[in-house]
Amino acid sequence: MTAADINRTVLAVWRIEQPRLITGLSRMLRDVPLAEELTQEALLAAIEHWPVTGVPEKPGAWLMAAAKRRALDHLRRDRMLARRHAMIALDMAQEQQAMPDWDSALDDDIGDELLRLIFTACHPCLSREARAALALRMICGLTTAEIARAFLLPEATIAQRIVRAKRTLSKSGLAYETPRGEQLSARLASVLEVVYLIFNEGYTAARGEQWLRPQLCDEALRMARVLVSIAPREPEAHGLLALMELNASRMAARTNPAGEPILLLEQDRARWDQLQIRRGMQSLGRARELGGAGGFYALQAAIVACHAQAATADDTDWPQIAEFYAQLGALVASPIIELNRAVAVGMAEGPQAALVIVERLAQEPALKAYHLLPSVRGDLLYRLGRHDEARAAFEAAAELAGNRREQDLLRRRAAEAASAAVSSS
Amino acid sequence: MRFMYIVSHPGPSTNPPPEMMQAMGKLADREIKAGRMLDNGGLMPVETGARVRIADGKLSVIDGPFVEAKEVVGGYAIFELRDKEEALAMAKEFMQLHLDFMPGWEGTCELRAFAPSGP
Repeated sequence: MTAADINRTVLAVWRIEQPRLITGLSRMLRDVPLAEELTQEALLAAIEHWPVTGVPEKPGAWLMAAAKRRALDHLRRDRMLARRHAMIALDMAQEQQAMPDWDSALDDDIGDELLRLIFTACHPCLSREARAALALRMICGLTTAEIARAFLLPEATIAQRIVRAKRTLSKSGLAYETPRGEQLSARLASVLEVVYLIFNEGYTAARGEQWLRPQLCDEALRMARVLVSIAPREPEAHGLLALMELNASRMAARTNPAGEPILLLEQDRARWDQLQIRRGMQSLGRARELGGAGGFYALQAAIVACHAQAATADDTDWPQIAEFYAQLGALVASPIIELNRAVAVGMAEGPQAALVIVERLAQEPALKAYHLLPSVRGDLLYRLGRHDEARAAFEAAAELAGNRREQDLLRRRAAEAASAAVSSS
Repeated sequence: MRFMYIVSHPGPSTNPPPEMMQAMGKLADREIKAGRMLDNGGLMPVETGARVRIADGKLSVIDGPFVEAKEVVGGYAIFELRDKEEALAMAKEFMQLHLDFMPGWEGTCELRAFAPSGP
């Protein structure tokens, strides 16, 4: 193996083991950010040693031992530590003597600690962006450079975000706490929000040329799967997982070979990932069993499920989708949800009924710069044969769109409307 | 990246000892909880299967057992992983269990990335 090969192996093992390392150490240190730092040191040790000694037979146990050694050193080094830490150091020293085999330590159920880790990284006292960076680092094991690449930001920005977030946690004494019961449900919203933010960052890639950043989607999916396994009674966790699995199932069908977006109704449904749809439907079913059918994420998942279950675009149950949007709008008043309802109504009842809703939204300040409003309006006008107005709407939409691929699509539609206007006049 | 793992071994299947089942259960549990394992399954003995084959332009059905079977596929798993290195690390951990708990066992865990279904 070359040094580069070993490096890749180290990182691969690292990503598999990292949650266990952090959770194991934070249990000893009662400080999640500190535990994260020391596990990073263990990673560096592996990068340094393995090229010389070869990859150990049980690499996970090696990393755990290295991390524990650092935790112990840390506790010994700092003589000013509170008594509680001294007690822990003593416990650990004894533990280390009594239990030189790290395998049994690795076998502990980490569910509770992992939950604590996730809730610490996604603490509501941190900004959404900081939570996302911290979660990717502490839960998914991404390096600062990888996170920076995924968010199209300079590495220094992400590094600073992470450092500040950890400082905030340590200062406010929030470095080690586990919400339970009702508190857990309340705090869960903050976690789900971050997971969905990460997913959408990958799924929609609002800025720049790149349409898809699948890795972020995969990380978000993985985090949600972790969440439902350690907090299985939370319907909204299942709802979010369902929503993301179902959305991700269309990943391969969303762009053509030139990288241009293909609208949902024009996608080749044979390319939708049936394994992922099955998993999404199972999660949605679970959310409903737990009484969460009317939840924010479960309702959105239910809408996507209507698409996933329609064999062809013509089979889509639009009245049902319009109804789900109405329920969603009743839950959280939002002009964007209303706009989506308009699209569904347009399919269920025809463009005129939808245009009434869309014209009402035209005054909405929140939608002033939102390209999908004129885009939807253009589509409805086109279907009503008002081609010239449709062209103007598509042009306005293209002006507002931030993604070049979307701009191209909207300009094409404007041109279509323009030539239709010419031939009908 | 999605990976398919196919475990095969020569000759008839033997029942793994309980320690092996326990260790495998633990690993599977960890991987499901970590959101990496999407699907898995063991397969019934090869004798209970059948083969539909085309040879010399003709279609024929052969019921098990198959005399010429040298390697028997015993099970599969589907994982969602970041890259081949991660997939290899998983396979090695899984096979290490066989080494630890089933001395003398021989077999192969083949891993294959799914062909990208995108454009």
